[in-house]
Amino acid sequence: MKPAVFDYSAPESIGEALDLLAEHGSGAKVLAGGQSLVPMLNFRLARPAHLIDVNGVGSLSYISANGSLRIGAMTRLTAVGESGAVAGAHPVIPAAVAEIGHRAIRNRGTIGGSVAHNDPAAELPAVLMALDAEVTARSTDGERVIGMQDLIEDRLFDTTLGDTELLTEIRIPAAAAGSTFGFREFARRHGDFALAGVAAVITTDGSTITHAALGAFGGTHATRLPTAEAALVGAETGDAAFAAAGAGAAADFPATSDVHGTAEYRSHLINVLTVRALNDASGQAGGGNG
Amino acid sequence: MAENMSVVINVNGAGRAVSVEPRKTLADAIREDLGLTGTHLGCEHGVCGACTILLDGEVVRSCLMLAVQADGAEITTIEGIADGDDLHPMQSAFSEYHGLQCGFCTPGMILAGIDVVSRNPDPSPQEIREEMGGNICRCTGYQKIVESVQAAAAVMSAEGGSA
Ligand SMILES: Cc1cc2nc3c(=O)[nH]c(=O)nc-3n(C[C@H](O)[C@H](O)[C@H](O)COP(=O)(O)OP(=O)(O)OC[C@H]3O[C@@H](n4cnc5c(N)ncnc54)[C@H](O)[C@@H]3O)c2cc1C
Ligand code: FES
Ligand code: FES
Repeated sequence: MKPAVFDYSAPESIGEALDLLAEHGSGAKVLAGGQSLVPMLNFRLARPAHLIDVNGVGSLSYISANGSLRIGAMTRLTAVGESGAVAGAHPVIPAAVAEIGHRAIRNRGTIGGSVAHNDPAAELPAVLMALDAEVTARSTDGERVIGMQDLIEDRLFDTTLGDTELLTEIRIPAAAAGSTFGFREFARRHGDFALAGVAAVITTDGSTITHAALGAFGGTHATRLPTAEAALVGAETGDAAFAAAGAGAAADFPATSDVHGTAEYRSHLINVLTVRALNDASGQAGGGNG
Repeated sequence: MAENMSVVINVNGAGRAVSVEPRKTLADAIREDLGLTGTHLGCEHGVCGACTILLDGEVVRSCLMLAVQADGAEITTIEGIADGDDLHPMQSAFSEYHGLQCGFCTPGMILAGIDVVSRNPDPSPQEIREEMGGNICRCTGYQKIVESVQAAAAVMSAEGGSA
């Protein structure tokens, strides 16, 4: 229950961190909030030769809402969850962050770490997928912008980031005027990883749904729910469309069985949670994300 | 062995210098190098809350930080919350309302309870249960812990919300 030996560096700038990553490559691990990595070090499930602690890189911690929302990778989950700018732009984000672990976890855990770690039961990768977010990755070779779906593909505990890349920023495009959201998950205790969960963002033109984006977690990987989305767009809000979307969500969801529940149970959960999330979204009458 | 690093941590109001290997967790440094064994280790992977401390005033898991990351930081452990022999209201309430049995979870519970009340001076039982769900107790069944935190909240707000 103690980490194996590693060398430790604490760079103070992005440039220094990128140089260290270029030098150490696959032997190195970035240490962000440590809320996933330190348990793995303690269990020796991870044994990096070199740890690059980016907690001292102040320029990775910011929230800027200027058209699109930009959040620095090292922004703590507590700061993301309590930010008025984030809540104003995308209220689904604080709704999701409130369900991540406990206060003590969110005080250290970071948005970049949550995305890079890509736990299939984590809230944020799925929420950010539904919001069409992109991430910025930097290395000594330059910068890339990667859409959330291309970052995650169908991976779990892994992304398409390269060994020498640092995730630096999450960018989320502005919400469509008048869009509303629902966020539902089922966990055995508040703060536990969810058995299944869904974020739904819809836009309506009167009562006709013009846009629907759904992201689900708790399956084998975070995913959009295209069949559910297709069932919604063009339909009137209400029970019939939401039931069709729930069934579509169950068909799309990559459910898996484990000690906490069978795949069948999880598919049922995602169906029910999708209907509830859509009811929440359509219940925000006159409310908007603006 | 990687070389030891020197760090200075402000612990319960006093600067302390320690020399630690980078792989040493803050929890282990608190217990072994600082000699403050009130911080307990139940799981060492973030799920039990026994190792909860305040880092620059915010609750964190000391088992999920490295000691070298606390260089220059201010930490508060269970040893640092009483005022001499005068117990903190949260400690008095746990004693009075039987918020502990074996006491293993108690240091983490008390610091988590202080954190809850510092943000919400009058928490409902439901809010206390949700906020403190990350702290596990094997003995009490939680009822008495919730009552203790509520009682302490009343005292702390009457004293002006002192944390
Ligand atoms: C008790 C407990 C309960 C939890 N419950 C939940 C939950 O309900 N939902 C949830 O989503 N999460 C949960 N978590 C996980 C928590 O949210 C983590 O904080 C998060 O998954 C990882 O973020 P971190 O900043 O701590 O990253 P770290 O642990 O520091 O890093 C995680 C991984 O990401 C890599 N990494 C981190 N930052 C970068 C970067 N900028 N660039 C490249 N690679 C990077 C690291 O190298 C490492 O491989 C829980 C954790 C605990 C201990
Ligand atoms: S010992 Fe740190 S949370 Fe259990
Ligand atoms: S009093 Fe024994 S674990 Fe809580």
